[in-house]
Amino acid sequence: MKELDIHPPLVEALLTRFLREELASAGFSRAVLGISGGVDSALVAALCARALGPQNVLGVMMPYRTSNPDSEGHARLLARELGIQTAKVDISAMADGYLAAHKVEDRMRRGNVMARCRMIVLYDQSVAFQGLVAGTSNKTEILLGYSTQWGDSASALNPIGDLYKHQIYQLSRHLGVPAPILDKAPSADLFEGQTDEGELGFTYADADRLLYWMVDERLTEEELVARGFELAFVRRIAARIAATQFKRVMPLIAKLSLRTINQDFRYLRDWGK
Amino acid sequence: MALAAAIRYTIPSMPLTDCRLTVAQTNPALGNLAKNLDEHVAAIEAACAAGSQLIVFPELSLTGYFLKDQTAELARGLDSPELQRLCELSRRISILVGFVERASDGRIYNSAAFLEDGRVLHVHRKVHLVTYGMFDEEREFAAGDEFRAFDSKLGRFGVLICEDAWHVTSGLQHFLAGVDAMLAPSCSPGRGVSGGSTELSSETSWRTLLDAHALLFQTWVVYANRVGWEDGAFFWGGSRVIDPFGRLVARIEGFDTATLQAHIDAPTLRRARVATPLLRDSKPWVLARGLERIAAQEQRP
Repeated sequence: MKELDIHPPLVEALLTRFLREELASAGFSRAVLGISGGVDSALVAALCARALGPQNVLGVMMPYRTSNPDSEGHARLLARELGIQTAKVDISAMADGYLAAHKVEDRMRRGNVMARCRMIVLYDQSVAFQGLVAGTSNKTEILLGYSTQWGDSASALNPIGDLYKHQIYQLSRHLGVPAPILDKAPSADLFEGQTDEGELGFTYADADRLLYWMVDERLTEEELVARGFELAFVRRIAARIAATQFKRVMPLIAKLSLRTINQDFRYLRDWGK
Repeated sequence: MALAAAIRYTIPSMPLTDCRLTVAQTNPALGNLAKNLDEHVAAIEAACAAGSQLIVFPELSLTGYFLKDQTAELARGLDSPELQRLCELSRRISILVGFVERASDGRIYNSAAFLEDGRVLHVHRKVHLVTYGMFDEEREFAAGDEFRAFDSKLGRFGVLICEDAWHVTSGLQHFLAGVDAMLAPSCSPGRGVSGGSTELSSETSWRTLLDAHALLFQTWVVYANRVGWEDGAFFWGGSRVIDPFGRLVARIEGFDTATLQAHIDAPTLRRARVATPLLRDSKPWVLARGLERIAAQEQRP
């Protein structure tokens, strides 16, 4: 996938500066993130460790009672290799307090509740650690809307949100993410046997290539088909991107006044920094 | 033929001799004029100490770039205390500084002021505002409407602010006006990391562009690009000086704040213009006739 290939030392140089400078703009020098044992959070942990020093990074493991025990094992392996601080917060009691009381059986609803419990934990832990929450969503899943809104998608800053999954692996290998994490099938681990590619119904390799040509290079449907993509796949992905746009924007505000937040009251977050 | 007849080569009244300059690759705080001004003063003091006669700052160096609603709040006239403080310092060193200019008629420009001997010698208002992709300058700024070379005690200069350099007609006018050096302050965001390239695609483009300016317009090119992040967008730096043969003389490596010192001199300029006399052979009246012909064709029903 030559078109998607990055030069890892260049991207590392940029993203470590991004973390240091944007944290400093907000008045911080430490980061907190959920480490799931998967490659995305492993990469963010590695970037944070390089940018901020491992002692300034807190990786939080947040298993639910049905989580795959390998996930925690891989998270611990990662934290050991990087030398970052760790905490473990079992979210079972917290999630079940709601799920059991309200008899939530639906798999998607249960997964969303777990993802949002983890968000609550991370935001609270970030106060205690005096850091900001670093996001771990990659460009592929953000575009596909494959995340829980205000759950795993919530963060203060995200160093990897403009990298496709293929590029995540390239940079992870460069930064020495442990092999067991690189070699396993990506999974949100929200229910037993779940894999990303199984649930999505296509491979990351196919999605990455299509998204690159569709989004980054703005090819038309006809041009994508001419490039070898199946029309049905092109339309399915395009529809999915449009349908999940709500996950990529802030809540809508009804404009009434002469100056409305985010419409004609426009300032960057780095305002004055 | 009025246009063609009006074109004459101009002779610099104060030809370039040998100018020692500093390029300050800064990282302004977004909309924090006081802090940025202090950093300018410190950089100017350091450049004086290093023996420079000229210091070149990036585009909008006093304010930062993605200003949005801050633009109007930060607009300053040439008589503002901030500009006047720098004017005072220009008694010791010539200064090119980027700022949001509030003109006397109330319009707001993306401007660069050349300060020398305690006064504003020249102001260039960015002509080619950039409004596509991640940029929205036409929403914030009025566009300048001329490229004018000016004579400094150090030589004849022309200013190109960032996107100005993407329009070949900008540099061409400075070339025909006989500038010794083009000063190109910039806020170029870095982008394009795929395709396996070891450098950003924005750097590849700019390298080609700046080299071409030096080579085609046989001029010294001084490029001052900023660094740092504004809400997830970064500026890639790469500030440099290129000689009139198109050869890189000095550049700042990496993505951090830094300065470079370089000499630009007249003998190199003369040698380039003897070796390949592009200015002598440029025949601007052919362009003028062509423009008149195109204009006449456009007027046809």
